[in-house]
Amino acid sequence: MGLIEKGLEFLDKITEKAGYKNTWIKIREADTSPDYGTLPYARRIEDLIQFGVINLDKPPGPTSHEVVAWVKKMFNISKAGHGGTLEPPFRGVGISQGDWCSSCWIS
Amino acid sequence: MTGVLPVGLANSTKVIGSVVHSIKEYIMLIQLHEYVSLSILEKALENFKGKIYQKPPLRSSVKRTIRVRSVYEIELLDHFDKYVLVRVLCDPGTYMRKIAHDLGLILGVGAHMRELRRTRTGPFREDESLVRLQTISEALYLWRTSGRDELLRRVILPVEVSIVHLPKIVIMDTAVDAIAHGADLAAPGVVMLTNNVKANSKVALFTLKGELVALAKALKEAEEIAKMEKGIVAKTNRVIMPRGIYPDVWKRRKKSIGVF
Repeated sequence: MGLIEKGLEFLDKITEKAGYKNTWIKIREADTSPDYGTLPYARRIEDLIQFGVINLDKPPGPTSHEVVAWVKKMFNISKAGHGGTLEPPFRGVGISQGDWCSSCWIS
Repeated sequence: MTGVLPVGLANSTKVIGSVVHSIKEYIMLIQLHEYVSLSILEKALENFKGKIYQKPPLRSSVKRTIRVRSVYEIELLDHFDKYVLVRVLCDPGTYMRKIAHDLGLILGVGAHMRELRRTRTGPFREDESLVRLQTISEALYLWRTSGRDELLRRVILPVEVSIVHLPKIVIMDTAVDAIAHGADLAAPGVVMLTNNVKANSKVALFTLKGELVALAKALKEAEEIAKMEKGIVAKTNRVIMPRGIYPDVWKRRKKSIGVF
């Protein structure tokens, strides 16, 4: 299989896996040189980190922002960002604990 | 709240924002303040199907004006005592906490959200690609200490995965570096495109090898672009491909004109 077929197969595969579909309109014949660029899944690991995303299972507790900061630190990279905030649960917990503490003080 | 949180590393930070505006799926545990029978509950949930009006909750990071959001699916998964487990497929920006609260109002007993897990954000789902922080840490450790990168390669997905929900244009090798320098895409640079390319909406530009080059705004519909022989097809917004990876054909052409 040529580079183009592999490249397009990759695009169609990841699209279908995510539940979407590509219906292509072909305009002109073209070729791609193996001398530059690379198939996305054949990137060097250092490049994969530079051009990578993680489908992260966010733990409960920390904010989305905190989790991203941790990931950034783990990889030792200067930038990282997330898609869509998942707010931390039970913002009220801190408050109810405060209530409990103050009732202790009173008694 | 747990679940699918796509994280863009380094260069991918630029494009990860485009999954914010894609479809969402949640599993939510609601606690009713009084027991309600199954048939009444099922009937009440029907009210949330289709377009709903929501005012963002007091503690939210957006303007608190009433807005319309679509709920495509709302399914009762389980029902035990005062607890209700539902799956919701909806537009981005739908507040689950609000749905739980409103269900309580409809039933007349009051209710609140107990737990929430996101199971889908656009192209990202709760499948074998979903990893925990611990797995990332383990994969990095393996790679750094013994050079083994198999686990790390399973943890990190190529950036292309995060924009598969967008319409796509595949471009010529000769157009890549010009786009990488911020130029707009002209008609002769187009090799093929998906039929869902719409005028004035987001489109992703790829190389023939399937690498993401940039995000752009299409200026014409797919059918129109297919017929064009010259002119600008898409305005480049966000460049991901670094300069100099592909040859700079456009520069060389300029020089040769200078010589003659």
